[in-house]
Amino acid sequence: MVKNIVYSIKSPYRQSMDVIGYTFGSGELSCCIVGALRGNEIQQMAICAQLVDALKHLEEKGSIAKDKSIMVIPCANYYSMNIGKRFWTMDNTDINRMFPGYDLGETTQRIADGLFKSIKDYAFGIQMASFYQKGDFFPHVKVMDTKQESYESLSDFGLPYGLIREPSPYDTVTLNYNWQLWGCQAFSLFATYTDHIGGQSTQTAVNATLRFLVAKEVLVCALHPGSHTRILSEDKICRVSVNKAGILKKRVSVGDEVKAGGLLCEIIHPLEGNVIDQIVSQIDGTVFFAFSGQLVMEHTDVFNMMPG
Amino acid sequence: MIKSVSVAALPVTENLIIQKNRIENDLKPDCKRVCIVTGTHGDELEGQYVCAQLAKFLSDNKQYLTGVVDIYPAINPLGIDSVTRGFPMFDLDMNRIFPGSPNGSLAESVAYDIVHDIEGADICIDIHSSNIFLREIPQVRLSEQTEAMLFPYALMLNVDFVWIHTAATVLESTLAHTLNMRGTKTLVVEMGVGMRITESYCTQLFNGILNLLRELGMWSGDTVQVRDPVVSKDRGVGFLNSDAAGIFIPCIAHGSYVKTGELIGKVLDPITGNMVELAVSPCDGLLFTLREYPVVFGGSLLARILGDGNG
Ligand SMILES: [Zn+2]
Repeated sequence: MVKNIVYSIKSPYRQSMDVIGYTFGSGELSCCIVGALRGNEIQQMAICAQLVDALKHLEEKGSIAKDKSIMVIPCANYYSMNIGKRFWTMDNTDINRMFPGYDLGETTQRIADGLFKSIKDYAFGIQMASFYQKGDFFPHVKVMDTKQESYESLSDFGLPYGLIREPSPYDTVTLNYNWQLWGCQAFSLFATYTDHIGGQSTQTAVNATLRFLVAKEVLVCALHPGSHTRILSEDKICRVSVNKAGILKKRVSVGDEVKAGGLLCEIIHPLEGNVIDQIVSQIDGTVFFAFSGQLVMEHTDVFNMMPG
Repeated sequence: MIKSVSVAALPVTENLIIQKNRIENDLKPDCKRVCIVTGTHGDELEGQYVCAQLAKFLSDNKQYLTGVVDIYPAINPLGIDSVTRGFPMFDLDMNRIFPGSPNGSLAESVAYDIVHDIEGADICIDIHSSNIFLREIPQVRLSEQTEAMLFPYALMLNVDFVWIHTAATVLESTLAHTLNMRGTKTLVVEMGVGMRITESYCTQLFNGILNLLRELGMWSGDTVQVRDPVVSKDRGVGFLNSDAAGIFIPCIAHGSYVKTGELIGKVLDPITGNMVELAVSPCDGLLFTLREYPVVFGGSLLARILGDGNG
């Protein structure tokens, strides 16, 4: 394992922020794995930390293929993480809206540029991603549809779902989109949580990543094959939103199978305590995403349902 | 007449309401409508005073107005009310979610209602005031893509500068881009600095908007002679970013003309007082952006200079 500073930024009142990359094996730039780009992506950092630990042992056992290298960057924004902030400490900008970056630009553009220069040439890229809304996910992997690749590699992670996303304008400034444009095959891996570390879901994400590395012959070791992956377009997911505001009482959790007509949640009057709305599933499906807030405003997406 | 453009329930009792003030007079079948929009970013307040001045003045002098002026002072009211730049609870930039969607999140559904309400107007002016970090001279920003359609109107607004920039895909989700693509001519004004009101700039733009109304045949009252703005076309824009971290002490007035190599300010290390960076102009030209917020990181923008076209 080689530890090096991928990028460093100076602040007037703190120690410099040194973004650390851990490299395993040597030679061809095979796969780069990026964890937290935001200060609340604690699970994403923890997954990478476990990967660093696992790869360290695998490297010692000689399990990394000859002339292949892997780099892991667990946290590219610990300045924000250390003060409990999601976006950049000073100007609240999002590093994952700054790619490919600009070396003469603003601070977060420089961080994105410094990061991107060190990671753009890998054949495969995996980002431990989080969603803008607070909630829990069924673990899955996603690719941006930049019409350049076939997406069968999604099944190499052995997770139950692989999603293909049609990029919207804001996606064009994310790491994964720019990785793809640069010719890297990039994947976003969504674990269950963002701001807390789920033991089982961390292990699921670590195993999925190792499985992918084995499938791509970067790692040579035996791992159980994981699940069959159902690959589908993200727009097949059925969004369930509320049209009343109040206290959310969920009746199902991520992973639950629900029949059409089954109760998903109730909305309770925030001052008077009575049930003001009940929401039932429109389809037979699996709960894929569940909002984790206690209060809901009108139009909040509280569940995503995977059909079938 | 105050109207609600969008209403959505918040968790406890309250509704989020986007309002507009409609001022109209002498309505004819083909009369025109102009929209003045601001408050997308909750920390930008210059537009508040422009809207307040316009609403009061137009209501008191309605007899000179022909047509409809819709004033939307706060399209992100929760943000302004809580000194939050973005849309509270979503932690997102409201100017990255247009055109929105009736079936989307609360922020997206509000965005959809706003677009729906403005669409079809003859002209829309979207007023911004930079952010808390940078001070800007009054300027209209438009993309090369919309230059032919919007440039004549930019000249009517009494600004000091028209910045024609290249288009970026990410900007396709702004209010202005959305409206322009739907044929509603929308001009973005940037002026002043976040969290403050610069009275002279607000009055300058107020006079510009009255002039625009006159040019559109909607205003028969008095107007002032508008300024002739400098235009970025064929001129480079020099960016000056700090490479060091520290506190920035400018030594030149915002809006002045500077020479190549002229000192704009210094970055000092706050604990030793040592100078860690000397900020000098990269070109001859107009200092149209100057950093207002003193604390800088590596990369922080200190100034922007519009080259005078002489290289
Ligand atoms: Zn703004």
